[in-house]
Amino acid sequence: MYAVNFLLLAAALFCIGVYGVIARRNAVMVLMSIELILNAVNLNLVAFALMNTNIDGQVFALYVIAIAAAEVGVGLAMVLMIYRNRKSIGLDELSEMKG
Amino acid sequence: MTALLLAAQVDDVNVAQNVGFYVIAAFMLVGALRVVTDKNLVHAALWLVLVLAGVAAQYILAAAEFVAVSQVLVYIGAVMVLFLFGIMLTRAQIGRETGLNNTSWAVGIPVGLGLFGLLAWVILDAYEDTLIGAEEPAPTEAISDQVLSPYLVPFLAISFVLLAAAIGAIVLARKD
Repeated sequence: MYAVNFLLLAAALFCIGVYGVIARRNAVMVLMSIELILNAVNLNLVAFALMNTNIDGQVFALYVIAIAAAEVGVGLAMVLMIYRNRKSIGLDELSEMKG
Repeated sequence: MTALLLAAQVDDVNVAQNVGFYVIAAFMLVGALRVVTDKNLVHAALWLVLVLAGVAAQYILAAAEFVAVSQVLVYIGAVMVLFLFGIMLTRAQIGRETGLNNTSWAVGIPVGLGLFGLLAWVILDAYEDTLIGAEEPAPTEAISDQVLSPYLVPFLAISFVLLAAAIGAIVLARKD
């Protein structure tokens, strides 16, 4: 297998995730795009672990999975609170700090 | 010592692995594009499940079996269920929703393409024609050896982060 396979696939997923964060209005959709970004990074880490015959990349990927799960929990709790206060989760409506 | 247990460079492309990689990668890219463009929220979440399953399959191709199983359990089994609950509790409309994109969504396309071009150029410049492969899957013992000695402090820190996240999510989401 070519090494560039994994790295290019991870780069493509990362860029699709970045587009999702920029373009989506719904807060849950933005969180889903952030999950895409995190998975791209994990794929990169595992590919480098394979390339350098060092297992530290896989260990770090496990840590990233754990942190991502924690982040999604807290993020969705915040989205729920916003929904309860405003009955909508459009991110362009959260503009009270706008000057 | 145990960190060197994975086999190193191979001399020759394993065609079956390569073809398998391309098939899975095609599914993943289609799924990822549907995640960020679908008009139906629940459909977007299900496309994300496809992408996550594809990532787990790629981990198995990369001889990272423990990470693949953890990915399926944690991401597909817990995180996606959390997302579906979040979609349900924030009253997503059944069927297509209008107004799912920002007013300035078109800015994202050149940003994404430019970023991908830059990353692809750097990657191809550095790693073109490097072949990797593994003859046997990575032993889980080696992962545990690394977690429990050199990386023990981050491991304990993550347990605190998970505790704080669980308590924080409960406090934030309860009705008062």
